[in-house]
This record gives sequence, structure tokens and C-alpha cells, in this order.
Amino acid sequence: MIADDLVELLWQGLRETAYMVGVASLLAAVGGLLVGVALVLTGPGGLLPARPVNALLGLVVNIGRSLPFIILLVAIIPFTRAVVGTTIGTTAAIVPLTVSAIPFYARIVETALREVDRDVIAAAHAMGANRRQIVGKVLLREARPGLVAGLTLTVVALIGYSAMAGVIGGGGLGDLALRYGYQRFENDIMIATVVLLVAFVQLVQMVGDVITRRLAHR
Amino acid sequence: MSSPETYRQGPNVIELDGLRRTYRAKGRSVVAVDGVSLSVRAGEVFGVVGRSGAGKSTLLRCVNLLERPDEGSVTVDGVELTALGGARLRAARQRTGMVHQHFALLSSRTAAGNVAFALEVMGVPRAERARRVAELLDLVGLTDRADAYPAQLSGGQKQRVGIARALAGRPKVLLSDEATSALDPETTRSILGLLRDLNQRLGLTILLITHEMDVVKRLCDSVAVMRDGRVTEAGPVTELIARPGSELAAELFPLGPPPALPDTTVVDVTVTGSGSSFVADLARRFDLDVQIVNGTVEQLAGGRAGRLRLALPGDADRTAPAVAHLRAAGLTVEVPA
Repeated sequence: MIADDLVELLWQGLRETAYMVGVASLLAAVGGLLVGVALVLTGPGGLLPARPVNALLGLVVNIGRSLPFIILLVAIIPFTRAVVGTTIGTTAAIVPLTVSAIPFYARIVETALREVDRDVIAAAHAMGANRRQIVGKVLLREARPGLVAGLTLTVVALIGYSAMAGVIGGGGLGDLALRYGYQRFENDIMIATVVLLVAFVQLVQMVGDVITRRLAHR
Repeated sequence: MSSPETYRQGPNVIELDGLRRTYRAKGRSVVAVDGVSLSVRAGEVFGVVGRSGAGKSTLLRCVNLLERPDEGSVTVDGVELTALGGARLRAARQRTGMVHQHFALLSSRTAAGNVAFALEVMGVPRAERARRVAELLDLVGLTDRADAYPAQLSGGQKQRVGIARALAGRPKVLLSDEATSALDPETTRSILGLLRDLNQRLGLTILLITHEMDVVKRLCDSVAVMRDGRVTEAGPVTELIARPGSELAAELFPLGPPPALPDTTVVDVTVTGSGSSFVADLARRFDLDVQIVNGTVEQLAGGRAGRLRLALPGDADRTAPAVAHLRAAGLTVEVPA
């Protein structure tokens, strides 16, 4: 293997991983926030208690969380086709990545929101705040450090899951490591991808930690 | 500006009528507030005291309907809150301030930001908000800490932010939920001083709950004592402690178990109002060697008051005329059990 080809391969893998993980993270952030807020609002003692809705939402989230990613990947192939019009390729891989990350992040969001001081919520009620203000200005705002730390966790998990995207031709660094490093015993590629993945995760974690620290005024 | 006395004469600004609040806990229903009726006059500081679990916290939370009573009505400043819901209840809450034991500040906002939050909730436009925030922080003496986050503030400073925030809607009524219980004695005094000052300068009516007798002494014009969800006694502080058997008197001025003195009559005298020379008077008129066993007389917010334990030589028969004389002079005299 010529060095230039190796660099080209790795660069492409890195781009694919960044694309898959980036788009899936963005969608999961939005979806997870929505579902997480809904879980807290409809939950016991929430602002809009609705036991059946909460139970149903919880069940859906748990199903999403209990399926191993590799199974989810193939199980939702019809859904993937309906959404992006194809079942193979990098873009197609974004669908199962997002589907698996939304419930993951939703539970983190739920936990972070539940940790907001109940006294502060009561104080907001006493000031005459409405639901929208309490969710936006109290719950989400006070939970920001936890939400960002949780999103960091989600992105790192997605980097891990994206390694399985190769199964549906998604490409990426993990796929590279499996095809070249594992199946063809090209150790240099294996080592290079591992180094890149570690560096990638390290970078994500560092950025996440910095933002979390800036938001936490403890 | 009218004098504080004018406010004290004011009409009732809080009326609680037959409040009852029940909880379901582990399948059992627990009555937290059991038929409480109270009136708080405009401009007074009214304290609700009682042990933890007496229902005072629930009672306070019923006043701005953070908890909705099962029965009874709450009227604040002429508006029956128990008849309101939704937007109209929220609007009424914006006109009632509340301060909390653990401050309940947003940790993600600065002192100024916390005060601004209350104004945002009310829909005050941004330009006016900045002006009002500065005004309110100045009112509580915290202008120089405007940009500090709660984590950087001391307990007393946090409570000052809490008070500034509570005053954002120019309320007539301030509800205080154990506002000084988490503070050290010195800070407590400064916060109580601030509340007294606001009460007098703004004519602010304060309804507070506390278990600290010091708060009653320094701040309260009137008091209600709660026990097991009921009010056992209520009224102006000096009037209340002059009542024989007053629980408040025993809490404010504890005299302890009476000493066993041979051939001596021990009596507890409650003193209110301007000092009288009854001890010297007794000694002169009845030729008694009156001994003061223990006791205190202090200047309270609601007037001068205290209790003294006296030892009069001789048995009950011999000292009866002296005791009768004290009673005739308008003093509350009790023989401790």
C-alpha cells in the first residue's frame, strides 16, 4: 500500500464518520430534547401530567434503547428507505444512527431536567411563570450543563455505533478498520484508524467538557 | 409618605377562610392544614409559628395557591385567588412576592439576571427591565454584586437577591417561607432588618412562617401558633402573650421548671407595654421581700414584653392579696405547675 493511498483512505473514512455522526448528533439533539421534555412534562409531578402518554413514550424509548444497534440497523431498513430513498450508503446509515440516538439522549435529557432544583421550579410558579417560561427559562436553561455533557456522551456513543455502518455500506473509519485491518490483516490501517478514532473521541470530549464547564456556574 | 402606623390600621389584605388541605401518603390521608382561618392586616408583619410538621409551610403555599386547598378560600388584596385559574391566577401571583428558605435562585443567571427573570415573566420590556433591576438591587443593597452568580454569593446575599426578585412586581404582600432558617445569626439579623425596613418604607405586608422565636421577637406584629394543622392562638404579639396559658409566651420567654423553695410562692408575671414598677410596689405595699428568680423583658417589634418569675415569701394564702393586687393592675399572673 502506498502512503498516499493510505492517507486518502483515512481522510475519506474520517469525513464519512464525521458526516454520519455530525448529522445524526444534530438530529438526535433535537429529537432527544423534544422526547426528553415530553417525558418530564407528562411524568408524575410534571407540568402536564398524562400517565398514558408518559407510559407509551417510555415504552417506545425503552424499545429503542434495548435493541442492539446492529439489529436496529437492519430491522429498520424499510423505514430507512422511506426516509432517504435508499438503504445503503453513508446517508442511509444516518437514519438508524439517529433512531438509536434519540431515545438514548432523551433519557439523558429527562434525567438532567429532573435534577433541576424543585424549589426553583416552585419559585417560578410563585412568580406567575407559565409552562412555556418554566420549560424554556428554568428547566432547559438550568439543565444546560447536564444537557451538553449528555450530548457529548451521545456523540461519543454515535462514533462507536458508526463503526457498524459498514454493514449497509455506510463507510467511515470503523468500516475501514474492519475491512482493511481485520479482514485483510493490514495492521498499519488498523492502527491508523484506531489512532484517528481515539483522537476524534478525545476532541469531542474535550469540546464538550469545555462548554459544560462554561455553562456550569457552581 | 404616610407613617407606618397608618398601614397598621389598614384593612385585611390577606383573608384565609376555613382552609383545609389533605395529602395522600402511602394510602393514608394526612391532614396538613385543618380548617385554618386567619386575617392579616395591611402593613403588618404576621408570623405563623409552630414545630416542623405543624402545617405552616403548607398553609403558606396555599396563600399563593402553590398548593390548592381542598376546602376554604384565599383572598389577597381583595381578589379571591381560590376562584382563579390559569392566566388570571398567574397574574395575581405576579403581584405577590415570595422568598424561600433555600433562596431558590437560578444558578445559571447572575444576581441581576435572577431579578430580571421575574420581570421577564411579567412581560416587562427589556429597556425598562434593566432600569428596574438596578432599582431593585439597590433597594436590597446589592448593586455591587449584580454580575455575580449565586454560587459566588454568600447566603445573606443570595437571600437579598431573593427578596429583590420577590419585589419585582411591586407586591403589596410578601410571603416568606423560613427566609432566615438557612442563615447564621448575624446574617439573620441583617435580613430581618431589611424585611423590617421594607415593611416600613414600602408599607409591605409580610406573612412569614418560622420556627425561630428570634424572628417573632424582631419582626412580628402579630402571630398565629399552629399545631397539628390548626391555629391554637392568634393575635397581636403583646396581646397574645398576655393571655393566661399562652403557648407563644412560653416559647418566647421560657422560664423553665419552677424551683422548689420552702414556704415560698412562685409566680410568673407577663409584662407588656411600658415598664411598670410592680416589683417595688409589691415590696412597699405588702412588705414582701420579692425575689426575681429569672426572666426577661425585651423590646420586641410588636412592643415591649417579657416574663418574670418571682418568689414571694410565704404560702399561697399569705401571698394571695399580693397576687390579687398584681392581677388588678392588669398583669397576667400564673402559678407554674
